[in-house]
Amino acid sequence: MPSVRSGWIQGLCSLAHHPSALHFLADSGAVDTIFALQGDPSLFVASAASQLLVHILALAMQGGASGSPISEAAAWPICAQKIVNHVEESLHSKATPQVTQALNVLTTTFGRCHSPWTGVLWGRLSPPVACLFERDPIPAVHSLMDLLLSVARSHVLNFAACGLWEMLAQTLSRLSPTQAGPLALGTLKLQHCPQELRTQAFGVLLQPLACILKATTQAPGPPGLLDGTAGSSLTVDALLSSKSACVGLLCQTLAHLEELQMLPQCPCPWPQVPLLGATVTILRLCDGSVDPSSSMGGRLCGTLGGCVRVQRAALDFLGTLSQGTSPLELVLEVFAVLLKTLESPESSPTVLKKAFQATLRWLQNSHKTPNCSDLSPDALLFLGELFPILQKRLCSPCWEVRDSALEFLTHLIRHWGGQADFREALHSSEVPTLARQLLQDPESYVRASAVGTAGQLSSRGLQATSASPENPLAQQGLLMDLMHILSTDSEGFPRRAVLRVFTEWLRDGHADVIRDTEWFVATVLQAVSRDLDWEVRMQGLELAQVFLIQAMGQPSLHCPYTVGLPEATSPRPHPEFLQTLCRLPLFEFAFCALLDCDRPVAQKACDLLLFLRDKTTHCSGPQEAGDSPNSASVEAVLQRWREGEQGQPLGDLEPEAMLAILRSLDLEGLQGKLAKSSDHVEKSPQSLLQDMLATVGILEENEADCY
Amino acid sequence: MMALPYITEHTGFTGTVYATEPTMQIGRLLMEELVNFIERVPKAQSASLWKNKDIQRLLPSPLKDAVEVSTWRRCYTMQEVNSALSKIQLVGYSQKIELFGAVQVTPLSSGYALGSSNWIIQSHYEKVSYVSGSSLLTTHPQPMDQASLKNSDVLVLTGLTQIPTANPDGMVGEFCSNLALTVRNGGNVLVPCYPSGVIYDLLECLYQYIDSAGLSNIPFYFISPVANSSLEFSQIFAEWLCHNKQSKVYLPEPPFPHAELIQTNKLKHYPSIHGDFSNDFRQPCVVFTGHPSLRFGDVVHFMELWGKSSLNTVIFTEPDFSYLEALAPYQPLAMKCIYCPIDTRLNFIQVSKLLKEVQPLHVVCPEQYTQPPPAQSHRMDLMIDCQPPAMSYRRAEVLALPFKRRYEKIEIMPELADSLVPMEIKPGISLATVSAVLHTKDNKHVLQPPPRPTQPPSSKKRKRVSEDVPDCKVLKPLLSGSIPVEQFVQTLEKHGFSDIKVEDTAKGHIVLLQEAETLIQIEEDSTHIICDNDETLRVRLRDLVLRFLQKF
Repeated sequence: MPSVRSGWIQGLCSLAHHPSALHFLADSGAVDTIFALQGDPSLFVASAASQLLVHILALAMQGGASGSPISEAAAWPICAQKIVNHVEESLHSKATPQVTQALNVLTTTFGRCHSPWTGVLWGRLSPPVACLFERDPIPAVHSLMDLLLSVARSHVLNFAACGLWEMLAQTLSRLSPTQAGPLALGTLKLQHCPQELRTQAFGVLLQPLACILKATTQAPGPPGLLDGTAGSSLTVDALLSSKSACVGLLCQTLAHLEELQMLPQCPCPWPQVPLLGATVTILRLCDGSVDPSSSMGGRLCGTLGGCVRVQRAALDFLGTLSQGTSPLELVLEVFAVLLKTLESPESSPTVLKKAFQATLRWLQNSHKTPNCSDLSPDALLFLGELFPILQKRLCSPCWEVRDSALEFLTHLIRHWGGQADFREALHSSEVPTLARQLLQDPESYVRASAVGTAGQLSSRGLQATSASPENPLAQQGLLMDLMHILSTDSEGFPRRAVLRVFTEWLRDGHADVIRDTEWFVATVLQAVSRDLDWEVRMQGLELAQVFLIQAMGQPSLHCPYTVGLPEATSPRPHPEFLQTLCRLPLFEFAFCALLDCDRPVAQKACDLLLFLRDKTTHCSGPQEAGDSPNSASVEAVLQRWREGEQGQPLGDLEPEAMLAILRSLDLEGLQGKLAKSSDHVEKSPQSLLQDMLATVGILEENEADCY
Repeated sequence: MMALPYITEHTGFTGTVYATEPTMQIGRLLMEELVNFIERVPKAQSASLWKNKDIQRLLPSPLKDAVEVSTWRRCYTMQEVNSALSKIQLVGYSQKIELFGAVQVTPLSSGYALGSSNWIIQSHYEKVSYVSGSSLLTTHPQPMDQASLKNSDVLVLTGLTQIPTANPDGMVGEFCSNLALTVRNGGNVLVPCYPSGVIYDLLECLYQYIDSAGLSNIPFYFISPVANSSLEFSQIFAEWLCHNKQSKVYLPEPPFPHAELIQTNKLKHYPSIHGDFSNDFRQPCVVFTGHPSLRFGDVVHFMELWGKSSLNTVIFTEPDFSYLEALAPYQPLAMKCIYCPIDTRLNFIQVSKLLKEVQPLHVVCPEQYTQPPPAQSHRMDLMIDCQPPAMSYRRAEVLALPFKRRYEKIEIMPELADSLVPMEIKPGISLATVSAVLHTKDNKHVLQPPPRPTQPPSSKKRKRVSEDVPDCKVLKPLLSGSIPVEQFVQTLEKHGFSDIKVEDTAKGHIVLLQEAETLIQIEEDSTHIICDNDETLRVRLRDLVLRFLQKF
């Protein structure tokens, strides 16, 4: 049984924290068993075995080498030597799985151990590692690259002396473009890396896009991504060899460049313009609108036509490229290609979603003016063309499309809902009306998104004009519509969305809410308390918390290690407010949630009650729970609730009784219990023992021995 | 199909037309609709002077660019349609039809429309597949039969999609989105279409979509002289439908959901805009009607009724006509125009997969398929790419297909076969000589036993019979083997010939009997005895030669 083997390894791991464990492990032959477990059919067990080996090696070296490193591996402790010899033998093995195991052990070692002895280890094992690159095909390429990068990240080694940079450079030039990509990205992420190597690695990542530009650009044109042509023939071969190779290489390259641009190690100068040009070209190759100048371009056109994977990757990268500064004509090209993708009937739902995301980022970042977040004139022109497309997408027969169109719309309104030009463009379209109609969509995800959009439209005063015959009560009607969804919708997503909107409305002081906040909160809590969806109940607690914070002030910080700043004493809650809480009934809802079978709900309720307790400490005298008959009956009800009879209401309660209960509950203890993750039971020794017993049960062995 | 009357009624056609039943019935409906549309608006006179080339070139475009106007014909009449259809012999999928014994013809499902077929034309040793409008998509008809196309010597490929860049799924989505958008904004939607084909799939999509799009209260009208027949016919052709729809019939349920749309009054159909329709007409609505060219039929009225409002939309789904040309006479037009051509026929990617699957020795196709479309010359993916390259043909070109007929199958009558005595001449190879009469009729060849030697005519009747049978001489056996010269010479000497001389020649030997002034020329495949008027000697020598040869 894998869990028993896994448990055995974990047990040894715990054991190995003790210095004298080393002798036990060495003498008992456990190390040989661990070697064997490296090839276990369960990946979890195999991985844990490798990690344990590293742990033992580190332990042995820690014990053996006191202070200065032992420069001769021959003088290392026997246990360490045994492990190193095993790794070395495995590196010489012809079987790829064994090589992979050895490489994994080394990768973990260099990742975890930063003592000087790791330098000696690398000195000994780098020749067999280098030999692996001589083999054809190179075995376990991915593990090899992981090892090189792990070594390169180590702070202990003197890279120049140990020839690591040369090895990396040689590897980058020897691997195929697809294999070299991840290594190039890893190299660029290194903090201390020679500039020459960085340039080479960046070149590997740029090469496929340079090929695309070269194949599709007429005349020499502006300077491309790469001036040299070294290695380009390999890349061209990879791009043209087959559709899957071409798609794989492009997707990988685009993803790597996207990741790289987000990092602090992003190469500088960043070739924003050619990269943007190449990405736009790739999208055009996918939609068939490029007129390629070369035969290679023609073949790429055929290969990439309608390729959804490449389109998605290119749109992701295009979105990231919005962060850089680009010339206006290129920005207009980006808008054009985005518009075409959004408009095209051929675009698949996933491509459309990515296109919406990229569009949003370009709208946010195009021609940023330093002091305002207004849309640029170009962006406004773009929006003028976008809204008719959005209208069509809101009517799509494909629910995924309706959903992503609504999400996109919600983001648009959140960002620019206050801007006059945007409001005008939106109002002149049918978009708000269509979005409102989607509250009745048959698909629950779409209804949920439509709730978000309608909430956002309403917050910004952009709701569908009440002149429309279908919506005579457009404004007040929306609140009631959302209440209706909250209490009747059969699916959880729309109800959760309604609560998110309500919470936001309450936080932002939406006109419909502040008209009668008490009624609003009471109605929502009443609906939520009966809800079967735990997320809805948790959102209900969130709304209750916002309500309380508005009335009672922010919660005080509970960090035991910080010196509390002199807090502005929060206003003492008015007794009438406590009455309101009882009437709502917020207390009842929170107490009920405290016993919720879903842990996050109980946790949230616990936090809420702690907050309430903190805020009400000064409200009443040193009354103890049980002092008043009322609180005694509440206690009794709570006790019954704990026993699973949750149907009985708490009844009309006095604030004093509530406060008394609040003080009597061990909320901190409960919080600690709830904070433990749900798998703590599974990881306990008792659980392991049960597994062992189960195994024994299967084998029909003597059960008594196990005890 | 729509041109059938022109072929059968105006060209002296006397043959048989083979078609599946749905093809005939739906073809009849389409022609009936066309004739009805045309005859509704009879012309008092028809102009033909403009067809004069000198006048035509002065006319505005596109009239001046029209080609071969002199060959344009009037539309046929219903009488001609019926006459043409009477020449059809109905066939079923996989049915083998003998054509004069020369070839066998078999229709296969092409997956494009109800009853649409690809054809296999095969002899005993050659197979030609004719692939016309076919579809691999899962729509209403029986799926395309690809397996039967395998092992073709030649595959003739026609009827590919007219819009290779438009994916039918995307277009259906576009159709639904635009329809819903228009109707939600209070506008009407006009769909110019044929009364059969894609409309069944569109109605099915709408059936699934209207409730979810909140369009349940919007009426859908289908207006065509044959609307009722088309909707009903489609429901009874169960054996021609895809598996899903076939299985519904056994439930029993109507295979197409448009029956339910009709029952629930969501879809209403009328023969024309006159009569009941004008009473029921309610806006906003969706109207399906013909003709998709917008030149005749009820669609003309709707174009004129709704063309002035930008709330309305016309959605083109039939790929046969340029929508811009169709709209030209209605311009300026305020109504929105959406072009979503839905053509489910094979595209180039599907063709490439099909060819890999069925692996014909040669592909023959129209010239247009062997190069990218002129408007997208860089799209190398929009052409047929196969090995060996496809043979192309142009309009009216006669093409010699790349195979030679080398073998013919001949049947042997059982009694003749009984009489054969094969001799094994090599291990595994036996030979027998056959003497028979080759009887050829309807391109079938039969070997019959030879007639008995002719009896002397005893009566007139007998004589007549013997005249029918070809003269049959006494059969001489066939010879085989070779003559070893030395042994032959020894044999000659044994039989009293002397003064024998042997000369080697390029092809064999010459044996000279100088005394007898006779020459025996022995070659690989012939032996000649040349002697002067001495028949006895010749016969003696012949018998000696025959000793060395085997007889059959």
